[in-house]
Amino acid sequence: MRTPTAARAGQYAALLAYLVFLALPFLWLVSTAFKPPRELASLHPTWIPEDPTLANFRQAFDEQPLLQAGLNSLAAAVGAAVIAVLIATPMAYVMARQRGRLTKAATGWVVISQSFPFVLLIIPLFLVLKRLRLVDSVPGLVMVYVVWALPFALWMLSGYVRAVPVELEEAAAVDGAGRVRTLVSVTAPLLAPGIVATALFAFVTAWNEFFFALVLLKTPEKQTLPVVLTHFIGAEGVADLGPLAAAAFLATLPSLVVFALIQRRITSGMLAGAVKS
Amino acid sequence: MSSATEVRRPRRRAPGTGRPRPAGGHGAWFLVLPALIPILVLSVGPLLYGVLLAFTDAQSGRTQPTRWIGALNFRDLARDTLFWESFRIGLVWAVAVTAAQFLLALGLALLLDQDLRLRWLARALAIIPWAMPEVVVGIMWRLVYNPDAGILNETLRDLGLGDGRDWLSGLATALPAVIVVGVWAGMPQTTVTLLAGLQNTPRELHEAAAVDGAGAWRRFRAVTWPALRPVALAVTALNLIWNFNAFALVYVLTSGGPGGRTRLPMLFAYEEAFRYGQFGYAAAMGCVMVAVISILLAVFLVGRLRGGEDA
Repeated sequence: MRTPTAARAGQYAALLAYLVFLALPFLWLVSTAFKPPRELASLHPTWIPEDPTLANFRQAFDEQPLLQAGLNSLAAAVGAAVIAVLIATPMAYVMARQRGRLTKAATGWVVISQSFPFVLLIIPLFLVLKRLRLVDSVPGLVMVYVVWALPFALWMLSGYVRAVPVELEEAAAVDGAGRVRTLVSVTAPLLAPGIVATALFAFVTAWNEFFFALVLLKTPEKQTLPVVLTHFIGAEGVADLGPLAAAAFLATLPSLVVFALIQRRITSGMLAGAVKS
Repeated sequence: MSSATEVRRPRRRAPGTGRPRPAGGHGAWFLVLPALIPILVLSVGPLLYGVLLAFTDAQSGRTQPTRWIGALNFRDLARDTLFWESFRIGLVWAVAVTAAQFLLALGLALLLDQDLRLRWLARALAIIPWAMPEVVVGIMWRLVYNPDAGILNETLRDLGLGDGRDWLSGLATALPAVIVVGVWAGMPQTTVTLLAGLQNTPRELHEAAAVDGAGAWRRFRAVTWPALRPVALAVTALNLIWNFNAFALVYVLTSGGPGGRTRLPMLFAYEEAFRYGQFGYAAAMGCVMVAVISILLAVFLVGRLRGGEDA
């Protein structure tokens, strides 16, 4: 199909506008993170810091327990990702291979759970976790994150299972392999990339999560990065812009890196779950 | 997808020689339990408990036992003009963000489906809003909107468009400003999903339509849209629901201010529960939100079933 030159120019203009809209806020964040106080106070801010500095990063670590918060986030995200994938994979397998009442119920729940207003979930969870003395603790948060990550883990994983041809499992069964043997030696290796992608996605969502962490974690030393970041914004909404930008920039890097690695797989996984369910 | 079913169909066997069912029978329970138990205990259970709480006077830190008070919370809620105002804001926000997200994402997906040079860059940049913690998105836009040191006002000053303003604190500008951020944050995901849907459309149909002399709009109406419809419907329904339940972004940007102009229902319920300790009342709010969402979901499912019949 040939496209007239004028239309082409219009297309490029639209694409350029999109790129600017996407990129500029982020570039502004990065630029602010590296600006010395004098440039931050300037009434005519510049895009590129004239006198770039790392002082904001140092100040950010001085003002808030960022390192501890990062470790808390890491523990919560890794814990949630590993546990969620371990318990979701067998069930996703059943959901993909069996069309029973249970499968239908599970699939329905996956869809419905995407639509909870979390406030209805967090009030009882808060009460229960409080009774179990798990409020204000990372393990308590991991429990919540696991359940929160399960729906999309089941969704993505069952999509990946369907992509493994049943014929391969049948062939192994004909060759005399038992069910467990078939699962472990035939299906699992083929699923491995999907399992890794799902785990990394669970990691990113837990790393980024804010609402549950805000409600459940009260002591500053136990809070995760997103919660600690909000402490940079004072009660009156007045913020020390440099350290705020520096800390926000640092908190973003891990999820950006992980996401860049798995973005294609996530898209295909979600679609596989959606299209074939 | 369709090829897989076609491969399987001729392999129908005589009764008794059916294919071994890899996860059939009682073995399935064994595989399902590890996920099913936490789901029941930590998700379905609390949800039901939450609904029960809506009919009680549960409060945080109270010494008297919690009492069953029937529909009293809902009666109070019905008269709570602040809640309904917040509900209205939530609907405006959800519809505006979802519609803008969809229209912009559709345009972009169509654009990125073309053979353009900067396509890779658009895809690479799309990862940023998608992967960023919502809290950081909020912080970042606060820096952009900052009345003195923000780039938005500086750009407006450079262009001679006035002295700029305090976007997030203005009664008239706060909600639109927050909506722009919501669109920014959710658009890439919508774009990528729609793009994947587009790329599932058979090329030949487009070419055949072009050969038949169909213009761009006719090709979109007759070929692209029917194929994209199920994906578009699913994305829109989910976006509506997610946006209606939004919290972190607006919490960081405005905390619901100024004067409650951006107080989404989730922010309202959060404050009610965890600032004022009114657990029962906040749970009732959650129930009302679920009811509205269920209606949205029902509309989506009906539409999806109808779309399924065409396929």
